Amino acid sequence: MVWLEYAYFYGCALLAVAGALVAIGARNPIRGAMGLLLLILCVAGLFLALHAQFLAAVQVIVYAGAIVVLFLFVIMLLGPSATSPRDRRGVTARTGAAALFGLGMAGALYLVARAMHPLKLGAPVADLGTIDSFGRSLFSDATVPFELSSALLMVAVIGAVAVARGRQGEPPHVMPSVQPGMDAPLTPRSPPSPAPSHAPEVR
Amino acid sequence: MIPVEHYVLLSAVLFTIGGIGFLSRRNVLVALMSIEVMLNAVNLALVAFNRAQAGVMGAALATAGGTPQTGQMFAFFVIAAEAAEVAVGLAIVLSLFRIKRTVRSDEADLLKN
Repeated sequence: MVWLEYAYFYGCALLAVAGALVAIGARNPIRGAMGLLLLILCVAGLFLALHAQFLAAVQVIVYAGAIVVLFLFVIMLLGPSATSPRDRRGVTARTGAAALFGLGMAGALYLVARAMHPLKLGAPVADLGTIDSFGRSLFSDATVPFELSSALLMVAVIGAVAVARGRQGEPPHVMPSVQPGMDAPLTPRSPPSPAPSHAPEVR
Repeated sequence: MIPVEHYVLLSAVLFTIGGIGFLSRRNVLVALMSIEVMLNAVNLALVAFNRAQAGVMGAALATAGGTPQTGQMFAFFVIAAEAAEVAVGLAIVLSLFRIKRTVRSDEADLLKN
């Protein structure tokens, strides 16, 4: 049944790449979030094949259950102004930077793929990645990082509340670009008028 | 058994896609999603290398009474850090939208003028 293993891997891999492409390429961020969700589920499937059952569960719970939902909340809160703009300002610099990065990574990938020799894997130890052994290692070897990560999450929550809440009880700034009433409920801008020209969309 | 190199190459491809998206898009939400894609790729590589380590030296370590899962624990902490990053990042996006009424990263120029 070796072919089944390969079919599982390549199915998950192709779907993950497709999800990543949708996530970075979609003009509508909701579609992007759906692509991200597909990528996350496929990576969780690959974790299962790599004997990381607990991490697969955490991936689905934390990413798909919390992070993608948070993205969707913010996208829907922003409304139509969350979609990408259509003009082409600065598109050459951005495309150039992205192409440079892509070419560099492709070159590095070529060098690595030319140098690699397949590693023969033995069977893993029986309890690799189960909740039992994972928790045992987590609370014996990595107790301090675990506690520190709880502090990190607490600080992040406080910071997120402080940043997203804005200033209350202070007069709004008088900068010309700042709109009065910074704490007014978020009302989306009037829906953008249809583009006057057939400008190609900006990535 | 699928060789670990396949997983590592897939992870590199996903990382490249995420990097290209981060550099080429200017919607802040899409930039955050690109960071998610890149961190997922890193997690995949970590777990794959952990599997390779457990496959190569699993027997020796099993007799010593330990389970080699440093990579999985690292991926676990990456997930925790990423949840924090997304919470703060989306709060900043909301704050930017409240001030400038936009989600475009090139219009976030309050320090410029």
